[in-house]
Amino acid sequence: MAELNTGGKKATPRVDMTPMVDLMFLLVTFFILTTVISTPQAMDITKPDKNEKLPENRLELKATKTMTVLLGKNNKIAWYMGEAGKSAPTIESFSDIEKTIDENRTKANNSGVAGEFTVLVKPTSGSTFQNFVDMMDELEIMKVNSRQIDDDNILDNEKAFMKERGIL
Amino acid sequence: MPRIKVKRTSTVTDMTAMCDVASLLLTFFILTATARQPEPLAVSTPSSTYEFKVPVENNAILTIGQGKVFFEVAGTKVRERTLELMGQQYKITFTPEEMKRFSGVSSFGVPIQSLKSLIAMNGADRMKPGVQTGIPADSLDNQLDSWVLNARKATKELNNQDMRISIKGDAKEEYPVVKKVIDVLQKQKVNKFLLVTNSEAKKKK
Repeated sequence: MAELNTGGKKATPRVDMTPMVDLMFLLVTFFILTTVISTPQAMDITKPDKNEKLPENRLELKATKTMTVLLGKNNKIAWYMGEAGKSAPTIESFSDIEKTIDENRTKANNSGVAGEFTVLVKPTSGSTFQNFVDMMDELEIMKVNSRQIDDDNILDNEKAFMKERGIL
Repeated sequence: MPRIKVKRTSTVTDMTAMCDVASLLLTFFILTATARQPEPLAVSTPSSTYEFKVPVENNAILTIGQGKVFFEVAGTKVRERTLELMGQQYKITFTPEEMKRFSGVSSFGVPIQSLKSLIAMNGADRMKPGVQTGIPADSLDNQLDSWVLNARKATKELNNQDMRISIKGDAKEEYPVVKKVIDVLQKQKVNKFLLVTNSEAKKKK
């Protein structure tokens, strides 16, 4: 009987996998890119208690060791050391504030007055949420451990100065 | 002299192993992927170098953007209980079906009076602009205060843990709007919050 000659040996059932691999990697890439890799980060913020009757809510600050930072309009900062009205505030932008804080901290620590260098952040109505977060972040980077947020007691002379300079 | 025979190797490689690896990776990514929830109020958060993860449980997120406030509390059980407590306070009865549907809604921003119609909508309709106008937070009708308070109660009841409050504010949002929300929280003696930010590379010192 005549045999059907198929070349003498059996054809191996070999499939070309290349397109399949291509497709697989395409899908892998798609899923990698669409997955939310990290959960959102957050910043821990503590604000002073509003209850003014409790004596432990009142914190005494040393004038030479306190820097007040007012956040104003157009991403501008006005800062001064010590008590309000005694020294004229300086207006600066966010890029310079890091250096200023550092200088003031060194000066305050060399003054010999006991207590910790404190930064009082006062976001005014002209500032944005971004400004506030940037400022708090800057203090975290600079490791200024004593920082206070005060958005209720923006003094009249502070307001007047900021209005005059056009950042409120 | 015999010629040196250059051995020709075939360029065909066995792709099976590569295919296996690819499928394995694919399976892994499909299974771990969580679809990004569409948000009715899109905000772009400011960036900071803080590295504190937003808690997945026992957390409420207040989204602030375009002068509006949206509310979201984590956990379906907590959401249902919060709605029940809100219903009791505002004398609105929600059916079990409505509660179940509400537990699937993540972030929302409507006055409680029109919450029923929001629950009845499908997901796509809820996302339409103009449908959600924000939760009233002024002193006459401070529903935001009630939502936060009831969510805190519900979290304490069900998980026996204190609820954290995260504020997800738009970077361009003016500070007074944020202050208004913070003041509402401070009235409840909540003095600690989390501000949701994008992570940013730390500056090299």
